[in-house]
Amino acid sequence: MQRRTMVALLTGGVLGAARLAADAPAEIRISAKKFEFHPDKVTARVGRPVTLVLTSEDRIHGFKMPDFGLRADIVPGQETRLTLVPDKPGRFAFLCDVFCGDGHEDMEGVLVVDT
Amino acid sequence: MLQSDRREFLKLAGMAGVAFTAGLLPGERASAQAADFHFVQFSDTHWGYSGAANPDAENTLAKAVATVNGLSRQPDFIVFTGDLTHTTDDPKLRRERMKRFREIVSALAVKDVRFMPGEHDASLDKGEAYREFFGAPYYTFDHKGTHFIALDNVSDPAAKLGDEQLAWLAADLKQRKPDDRIIVLTHRPLFDLQPQWDWTTADGAKAIELLMPHKNVAVFYGHIHQEHHHMTGHIAHHAANSLIFALPAPGSQPKRAPLAYDAATPGKGLGTRDVSVADKVTLVELPVTRG
Repeated sequence: MQRRTMVALLTGGVLGAARLAADAPAEIRISAKKFEFHPDKVTARVGRPVTLVLTSEDRIHGFKMPDFGLRADIVPGQETRLTLVPDKPGRFAFLCDVFCGDGHEDMEGVLVVDT
Repeated sequence: MLQSDRREFLKLAGMAGVAFTAGLLPGERASAQAADFHFVQFSDTHWGYSGAANPDAENTLAKAVATVNGLSRQPDFIVFTGDLTHTTDDPKLRRERMKRFREIVSALAVKDVRFMPGEHDASLDKGEAYREFFGAPYYTFDHKGTHFIALDNVSDPAAKLGDEQLAWLAADLKQRKPDDRIIVLTHRPLFDLQPQWDWTTADGAKAIELLMPHKNVAVFYGHIHQEHHHMTGHIAHHAANSLIFALPAPGSQPKRAPLAYDAATPGKGLGTRDVSVADKVTLVELPVTRG
Protein backbone atom coordinates (compact mmCIF):
# COMPACT_ATOMS: atom_id res chain seq x y z
CA MET A 1 0.00 0.00 0.00
CA GLN A 2 2.74 2.35 0.94
CA ARG A 3 4.56 1.51 -2.28
CA ARG A 4 1.41 2.15 -4.36
CA THR A 5 1.00 5.59 -2.75
CA MET A 6 4.60 6.39 -3.41
CA VAL A 7 4.24 5.46 -7.12
CA ALA A 8 1.08 7.59 -7.37
CA LEU A 9 2.84 10.55 -5.79
CA LEU A 10 5.80 10.15 -8.08
CA THR A 11 3.53 9.84 -11.08
CA GLY A 12 1.60 12.92 -10.02
CA GLY A 13 4.87 14.75 -9.61
CA VAL A 14 6.06 13.77 -13.05
CA LEU A 15 2.74 14.73 -14.66
CA GLY A 16 2.79 18.06 -12.85
CA ALA A 17 6.31 18.75 -14.04
CA ALA A 18 5.29 17.80 -17.56
CA ARG A 19 2.35 20.23 -17.37
CA LEU A 20 4.67 22.98 -16.18
CA ALA A 21 7.15 22.12 -18.92
CA ALA A 22 4.42 22.43 -21.55
CA ASP A 23 3.72 25.99 -20.41
CA ALA A 24 7.33 27.12 -19.99
CA PRO A 25 9.56 27.58 -23.03
CA ALA A 26 11.84 24.69 -23.78
CA GLU A 27 15.47 25.66 -23.47
CA ILE A 28 18.00 25.02 -26.19
CA ARG A 29 21.61 25.79 -25.34
CA ILE A 30 23.85 26.93 -28.17
CA SER A 31 27.54 27.60 -27.67
CA ALA A 32 29.52 29.88 -30.00
CA LYS A 33 33.22 29.91 -30.77
CA LYS A 34 35.32 30.78 -33.81
CA PHE A 35 33.87 29.76 -36.29
CA GLU A 36 30.96 27.56 -35.31
CA PHE A 37 27.82 27.21 -33.31
CA HIS A 38 27.36 24.03 -31.32
CA PRO A 39 24.96 22.53 -32.04
CA ASP A 40 24.52 24.07 -35.47
CA LYS A 41 21.17 22.39 -36.01
CA VAL A 42 18.38 22.71 -33.46
CA THR A 43 14.72 21.76 -33.63
CA ALA A 44 11.44 23.21 -32.37
CA ARG A 45 7.70 22.71 -32.90
CA VAL A 46 5.19 25.15 -34.35
CA GLY A 47 3.41 27.02 -31.57
CA ARG A 48 5.71 25.79 -28.80
CA PRO A 49 7.78 28.52 -27.16
CA VAL A 50 11.49 27.93 -27.07
CA THR A 51 14.28 29.86 -25.37
CA LEU A 52 17.70 29.88 -27.00
CA VAL A 53 20.39 30.12 -24.33
CA LEU A 54 23.48 31.48 -26.05
CA THR A 55 27.02 31.46 -24.66
CA SER A 56 30.44 32.19 -26.12
CA GLU A 57 33.63 30.25 -25.47
CA ASP A 58 36.08 32.80 -26.81
CA ARG A 59 35.05 36.31 -27.92
CA ILE A 60 32.00 38.41 -28.76
CA HIS A 61 29.94 36.83 -31.47
CA GLY A 62 26.58 37.77 -32.87
CA PHE A 63 23.44 35.70 -33.21
CA LYS A 64 21.05 36.68 -35.97
CA MET A 65 17.96 34.82 -37.16
CA PRO A 66 16.46 37.15 -39.77
CA ASP A 67 13.27 35.15 -40.37
CA PHE A 68 12.18 35.77 -36.76
CA GLY A 69 13.70 39.23 -36.43
CA LEU A 70 16.05 38.01 -33.72
CA ARG A 71 19.56 39.25 -33.03
CA ALA A 72 21.80 39.64 -30.02
CA ASP A 73 25.43 39.89 -29.05
CA ILE A 74 26.87 36.80 -27.38
CA VAL A 75 29.34 37.99 -24.76
CA PRO A 76 31.78 35.60 -23.04
CA GLY A 77 30.86 34.94 -19.43
CA GLN A 78 27.20 35.78 -19.96
CA GLU A 79 24.11 33.87 -20.97
CA THR A 80 22.07 35.55 -23.69
CA ARG A 81 18.48 34.31 -23.77
CA LEU A 82 16.17 34.74 -26.75
CA THR A 83 12.63 33.38 -26.67
CA LEU A 84 10.53 32.76 -29.74
CA VAL A 85 7.33 30.95 -30.65
CA PRO A 86 7.72 29.49 -34.15
CA ASP A 87 4.60 30.21 -36.15
CA LYS A 88 5.51 28.28 -39.28
CA PRO A 89 7.34 25.07 -40.18
CA GLY A 90 10.56 25.17 -42.14
CA ARG A 91 14.31 25.62 -41.95
CA PHE A 92 15.48 28.99 -40.69
CA ALA A 93 19.10 30.08 -40.88
CA PHE A 94 20.98 31.73 -38.04
CA LEU A 95 24.43 33.22 -38.32
CA CYS A 96 27.12 35.20 -36.55
CA ASP A 97 26.83 38.87 -37.54
CA VAL A 98 29.80 40.22 -35.59
CA PHE A 99 32.85 39.74 -37.79
CA CYS A 100 35.17 37.35 -35.96
CA GLY A 101 37.92 36.43 -38.44
CA ASP A 102 38.84 34.19 -41.32
CA GLY A 103 36.00 31.70 -41.18
CA HIS A 104 33.34 34.13 -39.95
CA GLU A 105 31.35 33.57 -43.14
CA ASP A 106 31.04 29.86 -42.26
CA MET A 107 29.64 30.48 -38.78
CA GLU A 108 26.01 29.60 -39.22
CA GLY A 109 23.35 27.11 -38.27
CA VAL A 110 19.71 26.21 -38.81
CA LEU A 111 16.55 26.00 -36.73
CA VAL A 112 14.28 23.25 -38.03
CA VAL A 113 10.64 23.83 -37.08
CA ASP A 114 8.30 20.83 -37.34
CA THR A 115 4.52 20.86 -37.17
CA MET B 1 21.47 38.77 -59.92
CA LEU B 2 18.02 37.40 -59.19
CA GLN B 3 15.89 37.60 -62.28
CA SER B 4 13.11 39.43 -60.50
CA ASP B 5 15.58 42.01 -59.19
CA ARG B 6 17.02 42.45 -62.65
CA ARG B 7 13.61 42.88 -64.28
CA GLU B 8 12.62 45.41 -61.65
CA PHE B 9 15.89 47.27 -62.04
CA LEU B 10 15.68 47.35 -65.84
CA LYS B 11 12.12 48.58 -65.64
CA LEU B 12 13.18 51.40 -63.35
CA ALA B 13 16.54 52.25 -64.77
CA GLY B 14 16.81 51.13 -68.38
CA MET B 15 19.63 49.24 -70.12
CA ALA B 16 21.61 49.85 -73.27
CA GLY B 17 23.68 47.27 -75.11
CA VAL B 18 26.45 45.44 -73.28
CA ALA B 19 27.00 48.34 -70.98
CA PHE B 20 24.62 48.73 -68.08
CA THR B 21 22.99 52.15 -68.14
CA ALA B 22 21.44 53.14 -64.89
CA GLY B 23 19.25 56.13 -64.25
CA LEU B 24 21.25 58.38 -61.98
CA LEU B 25 19.16 61.27 -63.14
CA PRO B 26 15.60 60.05 -63.48
CA GLY B 27 13.57 62.53 -65.41
CA GLU B 28 15.66 65.66 -65.29
CA ARG B 29 19.14 67.05 -65.69
CA ALA B 30 21.36 67.48 -62.71
CA SER B 31 22.98 70.73 -61.73
CA ALA B 32 24.07 72.71 -64.73
CA GLN B 33 27.68 72.80 -63.58
CA ALA B 34 28.04 69.00 -63.58
CA ALA B 35 30.38 67.65 -66.28
CA ASP B 36 30.80 64.17 -67.72
CA PHE B 37 33.61 61.89 -66.57
CA HIS B 38 34.39 58.29 -65.75
CA PHE B 39 36.04 56.35 -62.97
CA VAL B 40 37.03 52.73 -62.35
CA GLN B 41 35.83 50.66 -59.40
CA PHE B 42 37.99 47.90 -57.90
CA SER B 43 36.50 45.84 -55.09
CA ASP B 44 37.26 42.91 -52.82
CA THR B 45 40.86 42.34 -53.87
CA HIS B 46 41.51 40.33 -50.66
CA TRP B 47 45.28 40.59 -50.94
CA GLY B 48 46.76 37.76 -48.84
CA TYR B 49 44.05 35.21 -49.59
CA SER B 50 45.21 31.77 -50.54
CA GLY B 51 42.87 28.91 -51.30
CA ALA B 52 41.29 26.71 -53.88
CA ALA B 53 38.83 29.37 -55.01
CA ASN B 54 41.66 31.24 -56.75
CA PRO B 55 44.94 29.41 -57.43
CA ASP B 56 46.20 32.59 -59.12
CA ALA B 57 45.50 34.80 -56.11
CA GLU B 58 49.05 36.17 -55.96
CA ASN B 59 48.78 37.56 -59.49
CA THR B 60 45.16 38.58 -60.01
CA LEU B 61 45.48 42.05 -58.51
CA ALA B 62 48.59 42.90 -60.54
CA LYS B 63 46.85 41.65 -63.70
CA ALA B 64 43.85 43.86 -62.96
CA VAL B 65 46.15 46.86 -62.48
CA ALA B 66 47.74 46.09 -65.86
CA THR B 67 44.30 45.72 -67.46
CA VAL B 68 43.16 49.12 -66.20
CA ASN B 69 46.49 50.71 -67.18
CA GLY B 70 45.82 49.39 -70.69
CA LEU B 71 42.50 51.17 -71.10
CA SER B 72 42.69 53.50 -74.06
CA ARG B 73 40.69 56.12 -72.20
CA GLN B 74 42.13 56.38 -68.71
CA PRO B 75 39.68 57.10 -65.89
CA ASP B 76 39.63 60.40 -64.02
CA PHE B 77 40.18 58.45 -60.79
CA ILE B 78 39.93 54.98 -59.27
CA VAL B 79 38.04 53.76 -56.19
CA PHE B 80 38.53 50.60 -54.13
CA THR B 81 35.33 49.67 -52.29
CA GLY B 82 36.80 47.59 -49.49
CA ASP B 83 38.32 44.24 -48.56
CA LEU B 84 41.63 45.43 -49.91
CA THR B 85 43.28 42.67 -47.87
CA HIS B 86 42.18 39.30 -46.59
CA THR B 87 41.64 39.17 -42.86
CA THR B 88 44.15 37.83 -40.37
CA ASP B 89 44.22 37.71 -36.56
CA ASP B 90 47.88 38.78 -36.64
CA PRO B 91 48.19 42.62 -36.50
CA LYS B 92 51.71 42.48 -37.94
CA LEU B 93 50.66 40.35 -40.89
CA ARG B 94 47.63 42.59 -41.44
CA ARG B 95 49.98 45.57 -41.86
CA GLU B 96 52.33 43.59 -44.11
CA ARG B 97 49.38 42.76 -46.36
CA MET B 98 48.28 46.39 -46.48
CA LYS B 99 51.82 47.49 -47.28
CA ARG B 100 52.15 44.99 -50.12
CA PHE B 101 48.68 45.83 -51.43
CA ARG B 102 49.62 49.49 -51.54
CA GLU B 103 52.84 48.68 -53.39
CA ILE B 104 50.98 46.69 -56.06
CA VAL B 105 48.31 49.32 -56.70
CA SER B 106 50.95 52.07 -56.80
CA ALA B 107 51.58 50.77 -60.32
CA LEU B 108 48.27 52.21 -61.46
CA ALA B 109 48.87 54.87 -64.09
CA VAL B 110 46.09 57.00 -62.63
CA LYS B 111 47.31 58.43 -59.35
CA ASP B 112 44.02 59.77 -57.99
CA VAL B 113 43.00 56.66 -56.03
CA ARG B 114 40.40 56.52 -53.24
CA PHE B 115 40.20 53.68 -50.73
CA MET B 116 37.48 52.36 -48.45
CA PRO B 117 37.74 49.57 -45.88
CA GLY B 118 35.96 46.22 -45.89
CA GLU B 119 35.33 44.04 -42.87
CA HIS B 120 38.41 41.97 -43.72
CA ASP B 121 40.55 45.12 -43.41
CA ALA B 122 38.95 46.81 -40.46
CA SER B 123 36.53 44.77 -38.35
CA LEU B 124 39.04 42.96 -36.12
CA ASP B 125 40.84 46.12 -34.93
CA LYS B 126 38.05 48.68 -35.50
CA GLY B 127 39.95 50.14 -38.44
CA GLU B 128 43.22 50.91 -36.64
CA ALA B 129 45.62 49.42 -39.21
CA TYR B 130 43.47 50.63 -42.11
CA ARG B 131 43.67 54.24 -40.90
CA GLU B 132 47.45 53.98 -40.55
CA PHE B 133 47.79 53.06 -44.22
CA PHE B 134 44.82 54.65 -45.97
CA GLY B 135 43.53 57.44 -43.74
CA ALA B 136 39.96 58.26 -42.78
CA PRO B 137 37.48 55.44 -43.40
CA TYR B 138 34.66 57.83 -44.31
CA TYR B 139 34.94 61.11 -46.16
CA THR B 140 33.65 63.13 -49.10
CA PHE B 141 35.16 64.55 -52.24
CA ASP B 142 33.85 66.38 -55.27
CA HIS B 143 34.63 65.79 -58.90
CA LYS B 144 33.32 67.80 -61.83
CA GLY B 145 30.11 68.73 -60.10
CA THR B 146 29.39 65.32 -58.57
CA HIS B 147 29.54 64.89 -54.81
CA PHE B 148 31.05 61.59 -53.63
CA ILE B 149 30.40 60.21 -50.15
CA ALA B 150 32.49 57.27 -48.90
CA LEU B 151 30.76 55.49 -46.01
CA ASP B 152 32.32 53.06 -43.53
CA ASN B 153 30.01 50.20 -42.55
CA VAL B 154 32.75 47.80 -41.43
CA SER B 155 34.97 49.37 -38.74
CA ASP B 156 32.21 48.44 -36.33
CA PRO B 157 32.35 44.62 -36.48
CA ALA B 158 28.56 44.53 -36.13
CA ALA B 159 28.31 46.19 -39.56
CA LYS B 160 26.94 49.51 -38.38
CA LEU B 161 27.52 53.00 -39.67
CA GLY B 162 26.83 54.25 -36.18
CA ASP B 163 25.11 57.37 -34.90
CA GLU B 164 28.19 59.58 -35.23
CA GLN B 165 28.71 58.77 -38.91
CA LEU B 166 24.98 59.07 -39.62
CA ALA B 167 24.97 62.53 -38.05
CA TRP B 168 28.00 63.44 -40.17
CA LEU B 169 26.16 62.17 -43.27
CA ALA B 170 23.04 64.16 -42.41
CA ALA B 171 25.10 67.34 -41.94
CA ASP B 172 26.85 66.79 -45.27
CA LEU B 173 23.60 66.18 -47.14
CA LYS B 174 22.09 69.36 -45.72
CA GLN B 175 24.64 71.27 -47.77
CA ARG B 176 23.54 69.60 -51.02
CA LYS B 177 20.81 70.83 -53.32
CA PRO B 178 17.99 68.36 -54.03
CA ASP B 179 19.12 67.76 -57.62
CA ASP B 180 22.88 67.57 -57.03
CA ARG B 181 24.59 64.47 -58.38
CA ILE B 182 25.54 62.28 -55.41
CA ILE B 183 27.45 59.01 -55.61
CA VAL B 184 27.84 56.95 -52.45
CA LEU B 185 30.73 54.50 -52.17
CA THR B 186 30.73 51.83 -49.50
CA HIS B 187 31.59 48.19 -48.87
CA ARG B 188 28.47 46.40 -47.70
CA PRO B 189 25.00 46.81 -49.23
CA LEU B 190 23.10 49.55 -47.44
CA PHE B 191 19.84 47.67 -48.01
CA ASP B 192 18.81 44.18 -46.87
CA LEU B 193 20.01 42.23 -49.88
CA GLN B 194 20.25 38.83 -48.18
CA PRO B 195 20.13 39.08 -44.38
CA GLN B 196 20.45 35.29 -44.02
CA TRP B 197 23.94 35.68 -45.50
CA ASP B 198 24.64 38.90 -43.60
CA TRP B 199 24.53 40.86 -46.86
CA THR B 200 23.21 44.00 -45.27
CA THR B 201 24.20 46.96 -43.08
CA ALA B 202 22.63 46.92 -39.64
CA ASP B 203 21.60 50.58 -39.80
CA GLY B 204 21.82 51.03 -43.57
CA ALA B 205 18.13 51.93 -43.79
CA LYS B 206 18.89 55.12 -41.86
CA ALA B 207 21.44 56.16 -44.48
CA ILE B 208 18.98 55.44 -47.29
CA GLU B 209 16.35 57.49 -45.49
CA LEU B 210 18.77 60.43 -45.36
CA LEU B 211 19.57 60.05 -49.07
CA MET B 212 15.97 59.63 -50.19
CA PRO B 213 15.10 63.37 -50.53
CA HIS B 214 17.94 63.72 -53.03
CA LYS B 215 16.88 63.05 -56.60
CA ASN B 216 20.14 61.97 -58.21
CA VAL B 217 21.80 59.33 -56.09
CA ALA B 218 23.60 56.09 -56.94
CA VAL B 219 25.43 53.73 -54.60
CA PHE B 220 28.45 51.63 -55.58
CA TYR B 221 29.52 48.86 -53.24
CA GLY B 222 31.26 45.47 -53.04
CA HIS B 223 31.18 42.68 -50.42
CA ILE B 224 29.04 40.24 -52.40
CA HIS B 225 31.67 39.47 -55.07
CA GLN B 226 29.36 39.76 -58.07
CA GLU B 227 27.65 42.28 -60.27
CA HIS B 228 24.25 43.10 -58.84
CA HIS B 229 21.76 45.94 -59.33
CA HIS B 230 18.91 46.94 -57.11
CA MET B 231 16.65 49.94 -56.59
CA THR B 232 15.41 51.34 -53.29
CA GLY B 233 12.88 53.85 -54.57
CA HIS B 234 14.76 56.03 -57.06
CA ILE B 235 18.21 55.16 -55.64
CA ALA B 236 20.23 52.64 -57.64
CA HIS B 237 22.65 50.28 -55.86
CA HIS B 238 25.37 48.59 -57.93
CA ALA B 239 27.53 45.80 -56.51
CA ALA B 240 30.87 45.05 -58.17
CA ASN B 241 32.73 41.89 -59.04
CA SER B 242 35.60 40.83 -56.84
CA LEU B 243 39.20 40.24 -57.83
CA ILE B 244 39.67 37.09 -55.78
CA PHE B 245 36.66 34.76 -56.16
CA ALA B 246 33.01 34.94 -57.10
CA LEU B 247 30.18 34.25 -54.67
CA PRO B 248 26.80 32.70 -55.50
CA ALA B 249 23.74 34.77 -56.35
CA PRO B 250 21.88 35.87 -53.22
CA GLY B 251 19.92 32.95 -51.76
CA SER B 252 20.65 30.69 -54.72
CA GLN B 253 22.16 27.94 -52.56
CA PRO B 254 22.20 27.08 -48.86
CA LYS B 255 25.66 28.49 -48.14
CA ARG B 256 27.48 31.62 -49.31
CA ALA B 257 30.58 29.58 -50.18
CA PRO B 258 32.86 30.79 -53.01
CA LEU B 259 32.08 29.47 -56.46
CA ALA B 260 34.51 26.75 -57.51
CA TYR B 261 37.49 27.82 -59.58
CA ASP B 262 37.19 26.68 -63.18
CA ALA B 263 40.59 26.11 -64.78
CA ALA B 264 38.95 26.25 -68.22
CA THR B 265 37.79 29.82 -67.59
CA PRO B 266 40.25 31.37 -65.12
CA GLY B 267 39.13 34.80 -64.03
CA LYS B 268 35.48 34.08 -64.74
CA GLY B 269 33.32 36.34 -62.60
CA LEU B 270 36.27 38.51 -61.59
CA GLY B 271 37.10 42.00 -62.72
CA THR B 272 36.80 45.73 -62.31
CA ARG B 273 34.27 48.15 -63.74
CA ASP B 274 34.30 51.41 -65.63
CA VAL B 275 31.64 53.89 -64.56
CA SER B 276 30.76 56.76 -66.90
CA VAL B 277 28.83 59.59 -65.29
CA ALA B 278 26.75 61.84 -67.51
CA ASP B 279 22.99 62.30 -67.60
CA LYS B 280 23.03 58.53 -67.10
CA VAL B 281 25.46 56.30 -65.29
CA THR B 282 26.85 53.68 -67.66
CA LEU B 283 28.66 50.66 -66.28
CA VAL B 284 31.05 48.54 -68.31
CA GLU B 285 32.42 45.43 -66.62
CA LEU B 286 36.14 44.91 -67.25
CA PRO B 287 37.38 41.32 -67.06
CA VAL B 288 41.00 40.76 -66.06
CA THR B 289 42.76 40.36 -69.38
CA ARG B 290 46.42 41.34 -68.90
CA GLY B 291 48.87 38.68 -67.81
